[in-house]
Amino acid sequence: MPFVPHTESDISTMLSRVGVAALGELFDEIPAGLRIKGLEGIGPALSEAEITQLMQMRARHDGEPLCFIGAGAYDHYVPAAVWDIATRGEFYSAYTPYQAEASQGTLQVIYEFQTMLASLTGLEVSNASLYDGATAFAEACLMAVRANRKNRSRNILVPRTLSPAYREVARVMLKGQRIELVELPMRDGISDLKTLDNLSAGDFAAVAIQNPNFLGSLDHVDVLTDWAHSGGALVIGVANPMALALLKPPGQWGAAGADIACGEGQPMGIPMSSGGPYFGFLVCRQAVIRQMPGRIVGRTVDLEGKPGFTLTLQAREQHIRRSRATSNICTNQGLVATAATIYMSLLGAPGLRSVATSCNANTSALVEALIALPGVTRSFAAPFFHEAVLAFDRPVAGVLDALSSNGILGGYDLSADYPELGNALLVCATEMRSAADISAYADTAREILGAAA
Amino acid sequence: MTEPLIFEYSSASRQGFVADSDARPNLLAEVLRTDELMLPSASELEVVRHYTRLSQQNFSIDTQFYPLGSCTMKYNPRVCNRLAMLPQFLGRHPLGPVEHGQGYLQTMFELQEMLQVATGMAAVSLTPMAGAQGEFAGVAMIRAYHESRGDEARNQIIVPDAAHGTNPATATMCGCEVVEIPTREDGDLDIDRLRAVAGSNTAGIMLTNPSTLGLFERQIEEIAAIIHAAGGLLYYDGANLNAILGKTLPGDMGFDVIHMNLHKTFSTPHGGGGPGSGAVGVTERLKPFLPVPFVQKVDGRYTWATEEQYPQSIGRLSAFMGNAGVLLRAYVYMRMLGRTGMERVSDFAVLNANYLMVCLREAGFEVAFPERRASHEFIVSLKQIARETGVTAMDFAKALLDYGFHAPTTYFPLLVPECLLIEPTESESRRSLDGFVAAMAKIRDAAYSDPDTVKQAPLTMPVRRLDDVHAAKQPDLVWQSAESGQRKG
Repeated sequence: MPFVPHTESDISTMLSRVGVAALGELFDEIPAGLRIKGLEGIGPALSEAEITQLMQMRARHDGEPLCFIGAGAYDHYVPAAVWDIATRGEFYSAYTPYQAEASQGTLQVIYEFQTMLASLTGLEVSNASLYDGATAFAEACLMAVRANRKNRSRNILVPRTLSPAYREVARVMLKGQRIELVELPMRDGISDLKTLDNLSAGDFAAVAIQNPNFLGSLDHVDVLTDWAHSGGALVIGVANPMALALLKPPGQWGAAGADIACGEGQPMGIPMSSGGPYFGFLVCRQAVIRQMPGRIVGRTVDLEGKPGFTLTLQAREQHIRRSRATSNICTNQGLVATAATIYMSLLGAPGLRSVATSCNANTSALVEALIALPGVTRSFAAPFFHEAVLAFDRPVAGVLDALSSNGILGGYDLSADYPELGNALLVCATEMRSAADISAYADTAREILGAAA
Repeated sequence: MTEPLIFEYSSASRQGFVADSDARPNLLAEVLRTDELMLPSASELEVVRHYTRLSQQNFSIDTQFYPLGSCTMKYNPRVCNRLAMLPQFLGRHPLGPVEHGQGYLQTMFELQEMLQVATGMAAVSLTPMAGAQGEFAGVAMIRAYHESRGDEARNQIIVPDAAHGTNPATATMCGCEVVEIPTREDGDLDIDRLRAVAGSNTAGIMLTNPSTLGLFERQIEEIAAIIHAAGGLLYYDGANLNAILGKTLPGDMGFDVIHMNLHKTFSTPHGGGGPGSGAVGVTERLKPFLPVPFVQKVDGRYTWATEEQYPQSIGRLSAFMGNAGVLLRAYVYMRMLGRTGMERVSDFAVLNANYLMVCLREAGFEVAFPERRASHEFIVSLKQIARETGVTAMDFAKALLDYGFHAPTTYFPLLVPECLLIEPTESESRRSLDGFVAAMAKIRDAAYSDPDTVKQAPLTMPVRRLDDVHAAKQPDLVWQSAESGQRKG
């Protein structure tokens, strides 16, 4: 029997100790009318060898196309040691570290994780991770509304250039609490500062700023931060941790810095794996820590005065405060955060800077190669980190299909999310894309564009 | 031995994982950061040793019996991990075209179908990333359903007092008011109180069955009738699905919406606190409200269902499509069990729980509901021992660690004083259950003969008991180097 160790003799000994004649009697409190005869419709068991062959066949079927899509998930190199260590049984099959003395490994990893995220974002305190970047953004909005006691607003100003998926998830998660997202228009791929003249920062609990934004561009982070603070709104900085190896972090935006930073942790050693599991991060100023959702690890001492780690500030959480908790969240993304901590440790600051610089250089090279093709131009002049928008003289979908049948994923079609940009494509070339890969993309695209013209 | 922080290593030899290039970022100096990043500078071997040593400071299923009630800490088969980490699955971009994802999508489609069968639901969405997010999806769907009928006054969610804390927290997050219902002496819900509160403001009820008391709610059909007659819907918290797999279906009990913790019943790893997966299932009438995306099969081709196709959907809950890699692990596990294996899960989870309960009772421990059949878990109350010796449930929990057993869940549910909620799962052998009973008896004997020593436990862990008050009063959440001299975060 798969994963059940009982022998026939165990079963009869145990049944008689319990005082029943057969296993079925153990379910005698379930009303007879609700009992079923079993799970009709579930097939027979596969052996380990059989399921391995099946899954390998399906994986091969999906292939390994050359990926130039970013749009929130990025194809970075993950050193072998990261997941070899993270999937050790002692990390992989442990539970939430509620019994601190028997969970010092997980707890210390999270404390190190919190330290690294605080440093990357330039802020003071981090939690132990949230589900993903989109939910971290939604939690940041909820947190800002609770924390901003000055204006009691239930509106958040959110740029149109912020990830459409993040805006959608936030809308879903905030709806029940009647918190509204108000859109800040865009111009030339970044926030339209002129529209600020018609707005008052005091009408918002917080202003969100994503940098680089969903379109890859670097926004006016200092101006927006100062404008928000001048009216008493908090600032939520949404960032890519890989970009933070190079860019000024949210904690240093404007005169006072963002109050909360959040984002998607996937670029830190987490494979793209169809969208998850990733991890969201949420970091803030000390002053708003009591409004932080999710688990937090602190360093303390044991009864002999020896340093040790424990979950702390738990009075915020659902298992203590129930309906008055800061969030319903219970789970963090422990194992994924563990992998990210190992990744950041292996690369260190120079390694991260080197990867980030290569991404920036490769995307620059890709953009140069593609705008050399007829009918392709850059949509915006704003500087970018590792993603940029290209305008085509024809619908992007057809071009992407043709590239895909040549084993190239050419980017993310923006026409559904940003119809005002016309035939626009968001492209990305991480450190994994070689000069030959970029040439292959450009050469194939040249043929496709030439053939169809 | 204390393992230093990774920041306290300082080998300068570390190289990045891409060849150092002379490339400079093509960006203006004004956007670049100028401060030093607080990231480690350790050699690869130092990093590997550090995290390997830290792993050795953990209890885990792979190393210890972990009878944590309501958490279903069963064996996580290694092959599930290996197959979820096939390079093509890891390398698949979430926004890649479905032509490059038919293998993955077919797998997800079949997982949706198997979960429908296992719960008696009409449709499943795999996108919620943990149990609490599944709960959120469920309550949001209940609200959307009432709103779609113009029935907007329904803002009350009924929750039993034995419920997990995420239930009331979720209801609040969805903008609902929580109405708590007491539990009767026999462990079932106080149905008279339920009748009194169910009415025109009732949006629904959130129930775990078996409950967190480890008891099957015998009045479930009557509860469903009361809630439905009042115009409300029933939400099933799947935390305890392991107890009934293949024996009865939440759909047959009258539930309209359910979440399943794939990290419990379907054996995906807990990972030191996540990632989880809280797939949701619904009956026909809630189908239009399911969170997107989910997989559909049209003319033999697998595609993602979108909000355009399901305009009444509550929308997206994650940037992409949930914890995809966790879902692959659950799929592999379910296919390896097959029908018979799945039915045996509850057989042996419940046999182990009842055997352990009887053994502990015969060893002199007080069981909270001795007249009832245990489900996959049960409660021991240490109230009398605590009164007579001063040794509490927490002391027992810590002392068990010294015997090489992870502690059961302590002080939950809140209804039973000095309680241990014990869930052995089907993957433990009789031998490990017997070892646990022996350890419990020894601790109890020590509580009477030498209570002070028991209260000192644990003695064999990397640290002794930690000062939680100090941790909360002077939070030290981020390491500061001695040189930086900044205020601690």
